[in-house]
Amino acid sequence: MSGDAKVTERPPAELDASEESEPEDAGEPGGTEVPSAHDLLSLPALAGVVSGIVRGQLVVHPSRESYVAVVDALRRAGFALCSDLCAVDYLRHLDREVLPGVEPERFEVVVNLTSITRAERLRIRVQVPERDPRLPTLFGVYPGTEAMEREAYDMFGIVFDGHPDMTRILMPDDWEGHPLRKDYSVGRVPVQFKEAPGPR
Amino acid sequence: MSEPTAPAPAGQPTEPAEGDWAEHDSAVLRLPDGLVFDSDDLDVEFGEDETMIINMGPQHPSTHGVLRIMMELEGETVLRSKPVIGYLHTGMEKTGEELTYVQGATNVTRMDYLSPLHNELVYSLATEELLGIEVPPRATWIRMLMCELNRISSHVMWTATNGMDLASTSMMIYGFREREMILSFFEKTTGLRMNHDYIRPGGVAADLPDGWEDDVAAIIDTIPGRVDEYDELLTGQPIFRERCEGVGIISPEVALALGATGPILRASGVAWDLRQAMPYLYYDQVDFDVIAGTVGDTFDRYAVRLNEIRESCRIVAQILDKLPPGDYRSQDKKVTPPPRARIDESMEALIHHFKIFTRGFEVPAGEAYAAVESPRGELGCYLVSDGTNKPYRLHVRAPSFVNLQSLPALLRGGLIADAIAIISSVDPVMGEVDR
Repeated sequence: MSGDAKVTERPPAELDASEESEPEDAGEPGGTEVPSAHDLLSLPALAGVVSGIVRGQLVVHPSRESYVAVVDALRRAGFALCSDLCAVDYLRHLDREVLPGVEPERFEVVVNLTSITRAERLRIRVQVPERDPRLPTLFGVYPGTEAMEREAYDMFGIVFDGHPDMTRILMPDDWEGHPLRKDYSVGRVPVQFKEAPGPR
Repeated sequence: MSEPTAPAPAGQPTEPAEGDWAEHDSAVLRLPDGLVFDSDDLDVEFGEDETMIINMGPQHPSTHGVLRIMMELEGETVLRSKPVIGYLHTGMEKTGEELTYVQGATNVTRMDYLSPLHNELVYSLATEELLGIEVPPRATWIRMLMCELNRISSHVMWTATNGMDLASTSMMIYGFREREMILSFFEKTTGLRMNHDYIRPGGVAADLPDGWEDDVAAIIDTIPGRVDEYDELLTGQPIFRERCEGVGIISPEVALALGATGPILRASGVAWDLRQAMPYLYYDQVDFDVIAGTVGDTFDRYAVRLNEIRESCRIVAQILDKLPPGDYRSQDKKVTPPPRARIDESMEALIHHFKIFTRGFEVPAGEAYAAVESPRGELGCYLVSDGTNKPYRLHVRAPSFVNLQSLPALLRGGLIADAIAIISSVDPVMGEVDR
């Protein structure tokens, strides 16, 4: 599913080493994006966080504990715009391959950050376990994630701690279940039809 | 043109001043007491009575669909507000997981029904990134042509509805008249006026029709003159200016913090346009200006959109010169069905055609985020594939959905009559908000 060996442009052994900071293999093939993404790898904000380059884009895998701190540090490093926040339910791929050092869990929250000054994108993927689907909110860092976190809660049941208004946003308030979960099948909702009128 | 209309186009993206926008947190006004509301900084005289909370919408004609806004009022002044959405939710992201990649474009095109081609484009770009296929140059230029025409039609439509919200009924008739020209061309090219399913993974569905140059030339000859007429009708008109100027001001820091993109962000002074900042298709080969405002009020958002129509006409004129001959879709047999003529003579071609439209093609496992500049802002598509013929997860970053969050900041402290102008200037398309 995720950054497997074919996609990641560097062998896994180097991934761990590069956490610290040395963009020595910047001359690798892969277009013009790779050097700048490698520059990003050396951001002090990413020290000690598993990160790698997938399809020319930097992907960061912080733990749940370090999530907000990493995002906040990235905002200070110039990523002023939080483009997107969404969740993915990997129920059918619990044993998928992620970057080494990351324990795959059922849910994943994916955040896409954009730097206006560098015209650069960066993706953050946080693993959220099924038995405790909670994550601290990004509201304090980017207030613009407010609606997106509510959508993730509505659709996947991931609770964002500290969110000012953790309620359903798209589904009705009294709805049961979280529709985009993979164990929520389409057409599960019993539909009521009015009794058809008689022939006369 | 009686008045200068536009703020000067800015070339390079500018970084807003480093401000601690945490102090602006009170701008994000949530009704359930999520945040403290500081009433001291508002010029409102509070009466002895309690403030009043009213619902605007979901059936209010100026909410552009089924948007409901809960507003807390002190007299006529709006204090806190909260957009309530979901009335149009049909689970299109869930539906997208049940459709093959071939069918997917039919689904996503219905999200933002005013710029359907951008939806198809961003979905196709994400799919192609996962597939790793190259799209022929002609197909890419056709995509650009259609998307820029779509941007014109969307902005013209916005000018029309915005005029009607501000009681200029003639503007509405004019806007729909111009939009009709473009929709007729779309109908000729794609077969449908809306929801085209024209841009597909691998290219476009069909080549441009005979005589398309004349049609497009007629459009770009007509539209700029008509935009000048709008200028005369609206820009110089005192009533329109009074209702727009200084209404719903948003600063670049707040706009960025709230994730606003598109005309809202550009009107506040950040010249951030994905077409120029992170070029996709061949936008790096055409010459155009990014329009940015200075004040960030409703009038700036109007001026940005109006001038973007002119810039789009410039781009279309350049595409007319540059469009090369060649294939209009990829020749990758995994993705592209055989030509119609081959089906009559070859059984294998028939089977191949059948397989592509029933089973679809398989996309290598992985995930990709593609983003384009839709008329409303950054339209993104996050696609997760698990190697089968259907997306494992299809998420669309809808610009209207995110932009709606700036409404509480825009409405705060203004009059309820201005709310109409402000909601209109955000340009939400509810089909995209609710998906």
